Amino acid sequence: MKTDVVVIGGGAAGLGAALSAYKEGVDVILIEQEERIGGILNQCIHNGFGLQYFKQELTGPEYAEMFMEKIKDTPIKILSNSFLHSIDEKNKKIYLITPYGIQTIETKAIVMATGARERPFGSLLIPGKRPSGIFTAGVAQKYMNIQNILPGKRALILGSGDIGLIMARRLTLEGVEVVGVIERLPYAGGLLRNVVQCLEDYNIPLYLSSTVVEVRGDGRLEEVIVSKLDETFNPIPGTEESFNVDTLILSVGLIPNTELLNDLVEIDGTSRGFSASNLGQTSLDFVFAAGNCTIIYDLVDYVTLEGEKAGKYAAYYVKGEKFTGKVPIKKGKNIGILFPNYYTSRDDLILYLRVRRPMEKGRLKVGSLEREYKDLVPSEILRVKVPEKYIENYSEIEVSMEEA
Amino acid sequence: MKVVIIGGGISGTFIARELSKYDLDITLIEKNLDIAWGTTKANSGILHAGYDDFPDTLRAKLCAKGNALHFKLSEELDYDVKRTGSLVVAFDEAGLKTLEELLKRGKKNNVPGLEILKGEEIFEKEPHLNREVKYALWAPTGGIIESWGAAIAAVENAIANGLKLILGEKVIDFERKNGRISKVITDKNTYEVDLVINAAGLYGDEIAKIAGAEFIPIYPRRGEYILLDKKIGGIVNSVIFPTPTEKSKGILVLPTIDGGILLGPTAEDLSEDQKENTATSSYGLKRIIEETKRLVPSLDISYAIKTFAGIRAENPNKDFFIKESEKIPNFINVIGIRSPGLTAAPAIATYVVEEIIQDRLKINLEKKKTFISKRERIKRYSELPLEEWNEEIKKDPLSGKIICYCNMVTEREILEAIRRGARSLDGVKFRTRASFGRCQGNFCGPRILEILARELNKDLSEITAGSEKAWILNGRVRP
Amino acid sequence: MIKRFVCVQCPIGCKLTVEIKDADNSIIKIEGNRCQRGIAYAEDEIKDPKRIITTSVKVIGGELPLVSVKTDKPIPKKYIKDVMDIVKSKEVKAPVKRGDIIIENILGTNVNIVATRSVE
Repeated sequence: MKTDVVVIGGGAAGLGAALSAYKEGVDVILIEQEERIGGILNQCIHNGFGLQYFKQELTGPEYAEMFMEKIKDTPIKILSNSFLHSIDEKNKKIYLITPYGIQTIETKAIVMATGARERPFGSLLIPGKRPSGIFTAGVAQKYMNIQNILPGKRALILGSGDIGLIMARRLTLEGVEVVGVIERLPYAGGLLRNVVQCLEDYNIPLYLSSTVVEVRGDGRLEEVIVSKLDETFNPIPGTEESFNVDTLILSVGLIPNTELLNDLVEIDGTSRGFSASNLGQTSLDFVFAAGNCTIIYDLVDYVTLEGEKAGKYAAYYVKGEKFTGKVPIKKGKNIGILFPNYYTSRDDLILYLRVRRPMEKGRLKVGSLEREYKDLVPSEILRVKVPEKYIENYSEIEVSMEEA
Repeated sequence: MKVVIIGGGISGTFIARELSKYDLDITLIEKNLDIAWGTTKANSGILHAGYDDFPDTLRAKLCAKGNALHFKLSEELDYDVKRTGSLVVAFDEAGLKTLEELLKRGKKNNVPGLEILKGEEIFEKEPHLNREVKYALWAPTGGIIESWGAAIAAVENAIANGLKLILGEKVIDFERKNGRISKVITDKNTYEVDLVINAAGLYGDEIAKIAGAEFIPIYPRRGEYILLDKKIGGIVNSVIFPTPTEKSKGILVLPTIDGGILLGPTAEDLSEDQKENTATSSYGLKRIIEETKRLVPSLDISYAIKTFAGIRAENPNKDFFIKESEKIPNFINVIGIRSPGLTAAPAIATYVVEEIIQDRLKINLEKKKTFISKRERIKRYSELPLEEWNEEIKKDPLSGKIICYCNMVTEREILEAIRRGARSLDGVKFRTRASFGRCQGNFCGPRILEILARELNKDLSEITAGSEKAWILNGRVRP
Repeated sequence: MIKRFVCVQCPIGCKLTVEIKDADNSIIKIEGNRCQRGIAYAEDEIKDPKRIITTSVKVIGGELPLVSVKTDKPIPKKYIKDVMDIVKSKEVKAPVKRGDIIIENILGTNVNIVATRSVE
């Protein structure tokens, strides 16, 4: 098979990339390893999607279907049940494993939209046995929302990021007793609206500055021990509390899926995702990337926008454009996560950043731009459009957030 | 002649395979729902070269022999062993003395190729080792083995040669006649028997006690481990040991057959009632991180994907207890099989069959003419060249349906695992490596459950992670 | 007492701070809103909080066992349990189209339960 642009991943970023590449008049093939496209949106049956992009509040499946409908009307070829085996970067060929055989696709550009995976229980180094009943939030969500299965009877949730909060509500509505949400930081990880609508509404206690220090259970989980943490995040002896639950839901972080190209393209040291320019181009000129495989976003609307950008520029690349003059963007004071990693004046610089710690007032500095922001928290991505005049003629652009 | 082997770990399964070469009626009784569920599932997976053990011990006698036999057997039975070599490192002259002692011992035990390296020679082999390491004992025949893979391979081949495998039954008593054991009684059944082989691992002493035979007390020694992602694989190429102490070989850094990195084990003696205490501890995990950093300073623990603990069967004799009973003439003990039990397993099997059964008990065994010596593992499509894989998919579309993304395991492999006896999530995992990868079953777990439920004609909530108590799902959201 | 929440009436998501009299929950002051809708939202949130409920309904004969649904308008919080009871006992036959009304005018509130995806 031959094509112009291959998009790897049929989730939010991939759908955006495929459509926008197609709009530029190139041939597009969309690859998806699951049976259905839509990615994680299919199981996110809650609200909060599309406020920016569609100017309406939608659920995940609605958001996904709106793109899937658009794609159906195009000649974009969708290959589902197709697993990316390897990329031959010298010959620009990709190899797919499908139930119809090994598929080889010769392409001119690739857009990586492989999303992210959840941090597994084993990586947390929590002492105890390995009883069943410990699920990451996304897995529990898939069981409940797609497969119609309940993960347990009585649950504790570790991690107060949005997905943990959403699952607290979901479990409660379906009759699972949620005894609490445990958070290691002294403040909730997710959006305030979710703390209200998922915890306060249902009287689910939030235990801040705490973490799980042991799990117990023979076969199935029976008990979880939680301890309070000091300022250096070490458990304070004597503060252990026992929770009798058969289910532990983990919402402790997402990791970009970059493994297939780890040796071929630059990976950002902090986000562990693909490094890319403001055009979505990685260090390999024909490979673009967008979405959670670059940094972990909080709004799917941004993922769509970045996917569309990457798809567009992948198409321009196919049409012969060369993108030069990449200026590195560096993280300065108080910046935790930053994307993109490079700027070319071919398009606007739209920054996505997370501050390292909460700030009531912060002064953002990018090039010669200075702007004040209020109520900054690490859990919310700040999206900043930086007009060209503030960043032209810099050989390196530093982004920093001074506490004001 | 009816033989009953009690225990489906590395010892029991290898003995079963060896015995299945002969005209015998063999039954292996395992108390857990799958074989290799005890120590055999949770250990370091090391092929020891054989220099550690004192020359007059059975351990020493059978380790180097077993090491060599594994290479032959792994080809016949299609399981994974790799001769990566091993290095015991020393930071000072006192350590060097220990290495020299090991070298001497090793030579006495017929361990080939041992030599003491110093300085740059060490770092040429292992560039990420702490530069403060001064000396190292290099053992080229040391390596790694997938312990449960070996046990599964042995038992599958034994079954092909007539072995009856009984799972989920616990031996609780014996019936005696004329001073010999005439029946083995489990919690579900009774089996007539002419010869009993006790390979019950951690419970070997209890089984021997019930039988009225001699025994040695078995006490549990817990070892904790941390497993790191394949991404960091290659940080060491061989098995790295610190300088050993009286008590144990120490906390190691080693590659796994899968390409990951394993750190561990600790060595903690627990009381006799703690044989099932496979919990990790915060102090144990901390010790692993501290001590392995001393060996390989650039180890990045953020690559950890799993922690676990295994229990070894320790005994005060500090040797294998492989003996026919004098009190009960048709009872053979194969217990106290801790390190290097995994390495010695093939040699233990031939020792039991040739020296004990044939020579000492003078039981005449007839070799089967129809013995099937080869067994093939579940075909791993991801290891095929793409053209071959393509051919397979054309014949069998399910071999092109990837279920476990991290390890590229296909639906065909999972179905084959179920056909070969997998009844739980763990049963599938250990036969296919699905869920062993970096997402630890997050993507494939739900789909494997679906496949198990479909193939076993059960509801999704009836499928367990492994043991009966390990239920996973609790009924429907919308019944 | 001070209550804080994020207004969800539009994409801006103003962070509202509302001061209420402890005795009778009456509103003293609303701050943080950029328009009048924020005031209406704040008043609602204090007096009769409403929520959009998202959940699932059983599907008969579909390629998937469940269809995800939502209330097409926010519904008073106090009805959540009753809404869930009704939803839990409802079944719908495939095919279902996104936007289909699964339960009309639930509990007489003029709010419908609508499908948020299609199930063949």
